[in-house]
Amino acid sequence: MEDLYREQIIDRYKNPRMRGSLDPHDFSYEDDNPLCGDRIRIDLRVDGDERVTEAAFSGTGCAISIASADLLVESIVGKKLDEIRKLDKQEVLDMLGIEVGPIRLKCALLSLKVLKASVYGLDTIEDEITLE
Amino acid sequence: MVQSQVKVFDVERIREQFPILSREVHPGTKLIYLDSAATSQKPRSVIEASTDFYERHNSNIHRGIHRLAEEATQAHEDARQRIADFIGAHSAREVVFTRNATESINLLAYAWGRANLKSGDLVLLTEMEHHSNLVPWYMLAEEIGLRLEFVPVTDEGTLDLEAYQSFLREGPRLVAFVHVSNMLGTINPVAQMTDLAHEAGALVLVDGAQSVPHIAVDVRELDVDFYAFSGHKMCGPTGIGVFYGREALLEAMPPFMGGGDMIKRVHLDGFTTNDIPWKFEAGTPAIAQAIGLGAAVDFLNEVGMENIHAHEQSLTGYALDRLNEVPGVTIYGPEPALRGGVVSFTMAGVHPHDIAQILDSDGVAVRAGHHCTMPLHERFEIPASVRASFYLYNTMEEIDRLVEGLHKVIKLFDIE
Repeated sequence: MEDLYREQIIDRYKNPRMRGSLDPHDFSYEDDNPLCGDRIRIDLRVDGDERVTEAAFSGTGCAISIASADLLVESIVGKKLDEIRKLDKQEVLDMLGIEVGPIRLKCALLSLKVLKASVYGLDTIEDEITLE
Repeated sequence: MVQSQVKVFDVERIREQFPILSREVHPGTKLIYLDSAATSQKPRSVIEASTDFYERHNSNIHRGIHRLAEEATQAHEDARQRIADFIGAHSAREVVFTRNATESINLLAYAWGRANLKSGDLVLLTEMEHHSNLVPWYMLAEEIGLRLEFVPVTDEGTLDLEAYQSFLREGPRLVAFVHVSNMLGTINPVAQMTDLAHEAGALVLVDGAQSVPHIAVDVRELDVDFYAFSGHKMCGPTGIGVFYGREALLEAMPPFMGGGDMIKRVHLDGFTTNDIPWKFEAGTPAIAQAIGLGAAVDFLNEVGMENIHAHEQSLTGYALDRLNEVPGVTIYGPEPALRGGVVSFTMAGVHPHDIAQILDSDGVAVRAGHHCTMPLHERFEIPASVRASFYLYNTMEEIDRLVEGLHKVIKLFDIE
C-alpha cells in the first residue's frame, strides 16, 4: 500500500503541475468513472503540425487518477497526435511507477481514456475541432 | 435478585462461528470486516446447511417421487416456513423466494405494476432509495408513463415527513421506500408511514434489505403490503431473497416469469398458474440457498434480534464518537438512536477510494463509492463516501483499528 501512495503520487495529487483549462482550445474532452465519481477533462492546443503545444486537465478524483492525469498530460506536450494515439496503458502505468491492482486500474487509466477519445475524435470529425 | 432473562451476548463466541473472521487478508494482518451492509459473513451452520444438502439430499423439488426429491422438497418448504415465522407473515404462502431484494422489487414492478398501474399514476419514492428501488420504477415509467415523485431527505438524513404527507394528498397508487438506508443508516418510521399511506389509499412496498438482518421485523405489525429483502445480508447465502406480499394481493397478481413450477397445467392453447407462492417461482429455484437461508434464520433467532440490534447500537454510538474526533471527517446521517449499524463519511482532501485502499492495508474492509445511492450522494453534494457497516460479529476494537487507519491516511496525505 505504501508503494501505491509513493511520494510522487501524493505530491502530484496535492500539487498537480498541469491542472487548469485552456480556452480557447483545439480539443477538449471529458469523461467520468461513474463507479467512483471521478471526472477528468483534458484540453489541448495543437499547431499546424498536429503537435501538442499546450495541455491541461481539470476534474476531481482519487490520488491515483489525478496523479495519472497530471503525469500523462505533462508527458504529451510536444508530442504529435499520432504518437498520442499510439500510447498504451503500460506507458501510463510506467509513468505512475506503481503496481495497480485490477480495481484501481480504472482510476489509473481514466485520463488515458479521455485523451484517446479526444484525439481519436479528431480523426473521425476532421474539421469539427472539438468534441464538446 | 432475579437474574436477567436476556441471553448473554458474547461477541467472541459469535465470532468463533464465522470461519472467515480468523483469516489473514495480508501476511500477518487479520481481517476487520466493516462491510456487512454490502454482504454479511456466514456462520458455520449456514455453510454446513448448504454442504449437507449437496452431500445428502440433493435433488430437484416439487416433482420427483423418489426419496431424495421428498427430502429436498421438505427441507426447502420448511425453510420457507421458518422465514415466514421470522418476519411475522400470516403463512408461508406469503413468502415468495427470489434471488434478492432487487429481484423482489422487480417482481412487484413487473407483475403488479403492469397489471395495476396506468399512464399518469403516481408512484411515491424517496431520495434515499437504493438504485434497486429506483430503476425498476424508472423502467416501468418509461414503459407505461408513470409519474414518479421523491420524498426529500433532510440535512439530518431523515425523510421529510411533511413533504411525504403533502405528496400523499396527490393520491399515489404505491409508496415504495427503504426501511433502513444503506448509506445514512436512517431507520425510517415504517409503521407510521404505512398508516398514512393506507389512509391515502396507497399500497406500500418496503425495501428491507438493511433491516431484516439487523432489527426485529414483523410485517403484520408494520402492516405493510409488500416487503423485500436479501438472504446474503443476513448471514445467508447469495442468490436467495424474499418477496413478501399479503395473501390476497399475491392471489390477485399475474405471474412474474413463466416456466416450470409456476404452472398447474400447460396445454398447447394455454396454461393455468400454480397457487401462491409457487406462482411466482418459475424454474428450478435456488434450493440449497433457500435451505441455507433457513439455517441463517435459525442462527439469528438463536442469538436474538434484540441482542443484535442492541450490540449494533452500541457499536454505532462508539463509532460516531470516535470518528467525530478525527480531523476533517464529515459524517452523514442521523443521531445514533435513529440509525442502524451504518456510518458513511468523507474526509477533507482525500478521495474515499484512497481512504478505503489505505484502510485495506491494515485489513480493514470498508466500502468506498456511492453505495448504489447516487441520488442521495447528489443530495449531499459529494461524489462518493466511505461506509463502515457493522454486524453482530464486530467489536469496539475493530472500530479503534478503523480510526487508527484514518490517522494513517492523515499522515500519508499530510493533511493539516
